[in-house]
Amino acid sequence: MRQAAVSVGLLAFLSGCNRHQSALATFGAEAEGIRTITIALVVGAVFIIAIMVGIYWRAVRAPEGQLTHKQGMRLVLWLGGIGPTILLTVILIFALPAMRPRVTAPGDLTIHVEGEQFWWRVGYERPGGGVLVAANEVRVPVGRTVAFELTGRDVIHSFWIPGLAGKMDMIPGRTNSLVARADKPGRYRGVCTEFCGLSHALMAFDVIAMEPAAFYAWLADQSRPAAGARQGQGAQLFAANGCGGCHAIRGTEHDARIGPDLSRYGDRLTLGAGILPPTIERTADFIRAPQDAKPGVRMPAYPQLSHQEARAIAVYLKGLK
Amino acid sequence: MKRGLPGWAQRLRVTLWTLIVPPATWAVHFLFAYLWAAINCAKVGRFATFPTLFVAGTVAALLVILASGWIAWQQSRVPGDPAPHEESTDIDRLRFLAKSTLLLSGLSFVAVIFTALPVVFIGDCR
Repeated sequence: MRQAAVSVGLLAFLSGCNRHQSALATFGAEAEGIRTITIALVVGAVFIIAIMVGIYWRAVRAPEGQLTHKQGMRLVLWLGGIGPTILLTVILIFALPAMRPRVTAPGDLTIHVEGEQFWWRVGYERPGGGVLVAANEVRVPVGRTVAFELTGRDVIHSFWIPGLAGKMDMIPGRTNSLVARADKPGRYRGVCTEFCGLSHALMAFDVIAMEPAAFYAWLADQSRPAAGARQGQGAQLFAANGCGGCHAIRGTEHDARIGPDLSRYGDRLTLGAGILPPTIERTADFIRAPQDAKPGVRMPAYPQLSHQEARAIAVYLKGLK
Repeated sequence: MKRGLPGWAQRLRVTLWTLIVPPATWAVHFLFAYLWAAINCAKVGRFATFPTLFVAGTVAALLVILASGWIAWQQSRVPGDPAPHEESTDIDRLRFLAKSTLLLSGLSFVAVIFTALPVVFIGDCR
C-alpha cells in the first residue's frame, strides 16, 4: 500500500516529461546551455550535500577535544568562507556566458510576437521587405539565428518556448529582444508564463522548427491569399455576422487587426492558441461559445448562429490553406 | 606581535565610519558599474573588447578595500588586554571594530569581483 502511494507520488513528477514542451528536451542552442547549467548545478549540489552530511556525521561522532580552537576556526574559514567563495566564483564564470545574447547579423530573421488575452500575434519579417501576419503559431528555420521582438498589447505576458530558449516578458509599451537558434526540426510548444488573466493557462502556441529551404518556401506561400477565400456559404456567413470586424483574411475585404489573423486557418495545428484540435466540429463549437473553451476570452459568443451556420463557417475556415 | 610592523596603521583613529569604508566602496562600485554600462550603451552602443575605464574603476575599488582590510588586520592584532577581547576598554573596542572591518573587507572584495564579472562577460547592450 505504501509502495503504491510512493509510486503514484513519483508518477506526478513524470507528468512534466514530454518532448514537445520541456526545458530538458531541448531543440535549440540557448535551451541546451540552460540545460547544461541545470544539470551541473544539480549534480554539484548533490555532491556538496553528500560532503556536508559526511562531515556532520563524523563531527557528531568524534570525541570532544579532537580539534583545537584554532583548528576549528580554520575549518570554519575554509569550509565556510574561502571554499564557498571559490566555488561560487567558478559557478558564476561557468554560467555567465549563457547570459550573453547571440550576436545577430543584418540578414537574420526577425519575428515580432505580441501577447494578447489570450493569444499571440506573430509577424515574420519577409526577406524582401514587409511583414507576414499570422497567429498562435511560430515557425523558425533550423540552424539560423532568429531575433524575437516581444511586446504585450494589454497586460504583461511572457513568451517561453522551453525547448528553444529561456523565457522573456512581453511588456506593453516596451519591446524585449530574445535571440535564439533552433537546431532540431520538429513540432514543439510554447506557453505564456506570466499570469495574464482567466485563461492564462490556456494561452499556448505551436512551434515548428523547419529546414531553412522549407521555411522560406512556407513564408513565400503564406503570403499569397488562400484559395477559396471568397467562395461559399461560409464566406457569406463570415461576412454577414461581422467576423471580419475583428479577424483578417488575406484576399478578402476583411483586414481587421483586433483578433487573430485567419488567413491560413486551414494550416493551423491547433485551435484557440494551442489548446484544441482544429477540427470542424471544435471550430464550430468555438465560434458559438468561445468562453466554454477559454474563460474570459475577448471574442463574443455567437449563440444566435445555428449549429449548421457555425459549421459552415468552420468548413470555410478549414478550407483556408 | 611581529616587530617592525608599521605602527602608523595601528595608530589610525577607528570609528564606525571607518568600519563602513569597504561596503561603501562596494556600493559606489556597484553604482559605477551601472552608470558605466548605461552611458556606454547610450553613447557607444556596445562594450569595448577591453573596457579600460571599467577595469581601472574596479581595480581602484579593490585597492581601497584591500588597504582598508590591511589596516584593519594590523589593528586587530594590537596587543593589549587578555582574550576574549570583549570588555568595554579602548583596546577591545579597537580590536572589535578592526575585526568587523576585516570581515566586511573580505565580503566587499568578493562582492566587487562578482559585480564586475557579469559586466565583463556579458558586454552586450540588448
